[in-house]
Amino acid sequence: MYPSTFEYYRPSSVSEAIQLLSQNPDAKLLAGGHSLIPAMKLRLSSPAALIDITRIPGLSGIRDTGDRVVIGATTTYDEVMRSELIQRTLPILPETIDVIGDLQVRNLGTIGGSLAHADPAADLPAVMLALGAEFKAIGPNGERTIPVDQFFVDLFTTALQPNEILTEIAIPKPAGRTGMAYEKFANPASGYAVVGAAAVVTLGADGRVTAARVAVTGAGPYAVRRTETEQALVGQEPTTEVIKQASQRASEGMTFNSDVFASDEYRAHLTRVFVGRAIAKAAQRAQG
Amino acid sequence: MQITVKVNGVAHTHDVEPRMLLVHFLRDVLNLTGTHIGCDTSQCGACTVLMNGKAVKSCTVFAVQADGAEITTIEGLARDGQLHPVQEGFWEMHGLQCGYCTPGMIMTAVDLLQRIPNPTEEQIRHYLEGNLCRCTGYQNIVRAVQYAAEKMRA
Repeated sequence: MYPSTFEYYRPSSVSEAIQLLSQNPDAKLLAGGHSLIPAMKLRLSSPAALIDITRIPGLSGIRDTGDRVVIGATTTYDEVMRSELIQRTLPILPETIDVIGDLQVRNLGTIGGSLAHADPAADLPAVMLALGAEFKAIGPNGERTIPVDQFFVDLFTTALQPNEILTEIAIPKPAGRTGMAYEKFANPASGYAVVGAAAVVTLGADGRVTAARVAVTGAGPYAVRRTETEQALVGQEPTTEVIKQASQRASEGMTFNSDVFASDEYRAHLTRVFVGRAIAKAAQRAQG
Repeated sequence: MQITVKVNGVAHTHDVEPRMLLVHFLRDVLNLTGTHIGCDTSQCGACTVLMNGKAVKSCTVFAVQADGAEITTIEGLARDGQLHPVQEGFWEMHGLQCGYCTPGMIMTAVDLLQRIPNPTEEQIRHYLEGNLCRCTGYQNIVRAVQYAAEKMRA
């Protein structure tokens, strides 16, 4: 299968890439290409131009800025998963990436590409919401920071403007007794999340929850935080009963997808179950 | 666009359309037909090659993306008439029936063994998730990789 013809550009700087984006309104950015190229081959997407940003110096790599870990947008899943810094500080990322796609996909697919694509069944959006990440985007008018809570706005739609480029993902390092976990009900054929739940739970010295962030992907048109569930945890000891009560609230006020694989009712059920499992695992890990 | 790709140690320079897939570049331009096209939708892994040492599905990479890269295909694994240990494993353990998926299976297994020299059965099955075989049920493929792991450690 061949996609339609397109112009291929390989800018060597972010500003050159933004200029190309502004000049070619039908262009798409190409990073790992593992969502874009399959869509192009099926002619679901026929961009007039591809702007390959993988060779722009500085867009890839992982660095420690003290209180945060900063991941360049074109860093591959495989590089994130194998980073000693990530394994030590943000173990939820290797745990999640291990269940994304397959080895070949993880070798080329990029973190920024997945987040900017905002596939409703992608795993990382829920994890980034639970981690409280911040996204750096650069456009013709300079650079801005987008908190993750404002980033995912609809199906395949983010807060990025058409001529903006996601350049970095900054993740705060967890403080104190923090545990994190991602639990996924994968579609047995595609491996995508029918429902995926991420939880980051921090405990105080008395064993009560001082902070919790819980998010769900796959269930609806875009990944969302579950604040009612979080509020039901804070101040409580994470007992089985407390987690059960909190996870019951996870499906409140949500819009659910419905398709041949799973009805909206089933996705709501899976949301409650997988949120419960993610919280229980995160709390257990926080208890060490 | 003119690209230069080093394939199995030899640099090749060609003018290609941007939309040419790496797998077509390998098969139709360089006549290296050992890399197979199975599903053509990034699922089956029959087209797996190593790009700068890592397993990738060459049906999901444009040839222009491989400009300047080093590619290893199934034709580049044997040395001086000696099969690579993974190839030998598939031979010895009967890791194939029709053989269609085999080049991709072998290239992915090579990447796996670079990362984990002594993988468990579970790890072998996990790392081969992106390679589909419709004949053997994977049992002998796992044995072939175990054979290669043992041989490469020796």
